[in-house]
Amino acid sequence: MSALLTVEDLRVCFPTRTGMVEAVRGVSFALGRERLGIVGESGSGKSQTGRAIMGLTPPQAQVTARTLSFDGIELLSAPPKLRRSLRGKRIAMILQDPKYSLNPVMSIGRQIVETLREHEDVSGAEARERALEMLAAVQIRDPKRVFGLYPHEVSGGMGQRAMIAMMLVAGPELLIADEPTSALDVTVQLEVLSILDKLVAERGMGLIFVSHDLRLVSSFCDRVLVMYAGRIVEELAASDLANAKHPYTQGLFNCMPVIGADRHPLPVLERKPEWAL
Amino acid sequence: MSAIVSVENLSVVFDDFTALDNVSIDVFAGESFGLVGESGSGKSTLLRSIAGLAPPAGGTMRITGRELRGRDRDKAFYRAVQMVFQDPYGSLHPRQTIDRQLMEPLAIHGARDGERRILKALDEVGLGSGFRFRYPHQLSGGQRQRVAIARALILEPSILLLDEPTSALDASVQAEVLNLLEQVRHDRKLTFVMVSHDLGVVTHMCDRLAVMQGGRVVERLTSDDLAGGRIDEDYTRNLMVASKGFRRHAEPITQGAASPSRP
Ligand SMILES: Nc1ncnc2c1ncn2[C@@H]1O[C@H](COP(=O)(O)OP(=O)(O)OP(=O)(O)O)[C@@H](O)[C@H]1O
Ligand SMILES: Nc1ncnc2c1ncn2[C@@H]1O[C@H](COP(=O)(O)OP(=O)(O)OP(=O)(O)O)[C@@H](O)[C@H]1O
Ligand SMILES: [Mg+2]
Ligand SMILES: [Mg+2]
Repeated sequence: MSALLTVEDLRVCFPTRTGMVEAVRGVSFALGRERLGIVGESGSGKSQTGRAIMGLTPPQAQVTARTLSFDGIELLSAPPKLRRSLRGKRIAMILQDPKYSLNPVMSIGRQIVETLREHEDVSGAEARERALEMLAAVQIRDPKRVFGLYPHEVSGGMGQRAMIAMMLVAGPELLIADEPTSALDVTVQLEVLSILDKLVAERGMGLIFVSHDLRLVSSFCDRVLVMYAGRIVEELAASDLANAKHPYTQGLFNCMPVIGADRHPLPVLERKPEWAL
Repeated sequence: MSAIVSVENLSVVFDDFTALDNVSIDVFAGESFGLVGESGSGKSTLLRSIAGLAPPAGGTMRITGRELRGRDRDKAFYRAVQMVFQDPYGSLHPRQTIDRQLMEPLAIHGARDGERRILKALDEVGLGSGFRFRYPHQLSGGQRQRVAIARALILEPSILLLDEPTSALDASVQAEVLNLLEQVRHDRKLTFVMVSHDLGVVTHMCDRLAVMQGGRVVERLTSDDLAGGRIDEDYTRNLMVASKGFRRHAEPITQGAASPSRP
């Protein structure tokens, strides 16, 4: 399998007033045309890993890697112009805080239309048509109404789906989806996943799926990376997630509230300092 | 027993769009009440309306028997009622440190031991003092959510409106935050109204819940009924099926809208 994305020894550091924060500490993995899940503790570096691949790391941070290559292009040494042209077109990222990431003073529909027209030479009418189709595809009930709404006028889950529509409309080859369905009710969640599933199966898109939802990750992804304190501590076939070896991963399943189980308080993880070494 | 939060026939309209259509809920003191349902069905609007952030077009709302009028909420209201918003980025001030945002409600209400309470609040949500002087953009999604929870708890309110409080957290931190919420509810006799799309979380936290769809409450049931499959509405049943995870090549559960992703 030739890799679409190769990441070797990726590191992201932030200088702060209380010292250096090492958000990502030597992450390595390769991605083919598959569904790769990333799970991990809050603050373990999942979003910063995705942002580094996208080239969206804040300017004060330092990003280094032995290799960070997409389809043969070394991203860290690529000219800024090339990098910009990849972003949104060939590599797209659904950000974790969709409502915050959308432009607050532009309607949802116009944002999708502009993204499409940046990357494809289509007429205004066609772009509008495709944007409406995309909104319908992500299960927006009334695409015409939502097209004209501003980000503060849509619900949490609608903002998330608007972001997904915007990222999919240009047909990326690599999609980094950071908690893309965390605000969706479970029925809509499955609909959105089946869209992503189809893009991987039929168009050969590579998908990095960051999620806290173990049930979704284990049923949807092919492979899973588990992150803890800036590193990958375990890699598993998604179907094996319940048989994880690392105590963090094992503990996760046990902490989840389950319908019909009556466990008060919920078991919590006893974090060991050596996990973060 | 009379309800501590009582909403009767509440309607909320934005331009021509009816976001809430005659919604009624009663929540009793010390109870934890759940709201689940379709994305866009009006769950956040209901909480926001109680908090005075979405103007009602009709109906009445009462907190501890006192009627809430329009959007005006006084200082006593915010002391008693706090809200954790669905979108923590939007509810935190981007250019203020975490310290300052936790200090502000304390200062408004004239609390004296601010320093100690801030450290305690951060500790309770599992954030060390190293986060105290950071700005929201210097935190991960889940860390921001925990700051929002700390800020809501710091004034020791008696009613908490929680909009997806743990959807940005991994299972381990979620368990800690849910345990904390249950603990403070028990210790301080708090009342919760809680929105979550995770049926495991809602049934764990709440005894009773309302299922919403298209601006209406379509079903009311207890968590035991939900767990035991004693369900009246198809929509609620679909939610239960979908909560079991993704099934490849199975026909997805559609809910009216066409699904162009399928042949
Ligand atoms: N600008 C910044 N300055 C300092 N530290 C930062 C900055 N941005 C992120 N961090 C830190 O980097 C670490 C990794 O953050 P990241 O957003 O990647 O976590 P995450 O795994 O996505 O967590 P979550 O599941 O909560 O979203 C966190 O501990 C965070 O506090
Ligand atoms: N300021 C506004 N202007 C116009 N429409 C609005 C406004 N605020 C909310 N709405 C609409 O009201 C409806 C209900 O939104 P709400 O945020 O309450 O949904 P929700 O049930 O919380 O959904 P989610 O689970 O996705 O967060 C949506 O269709 C939304 O577009
Ligand atoms: Mg994140
Ligand atoms: Mg909402």
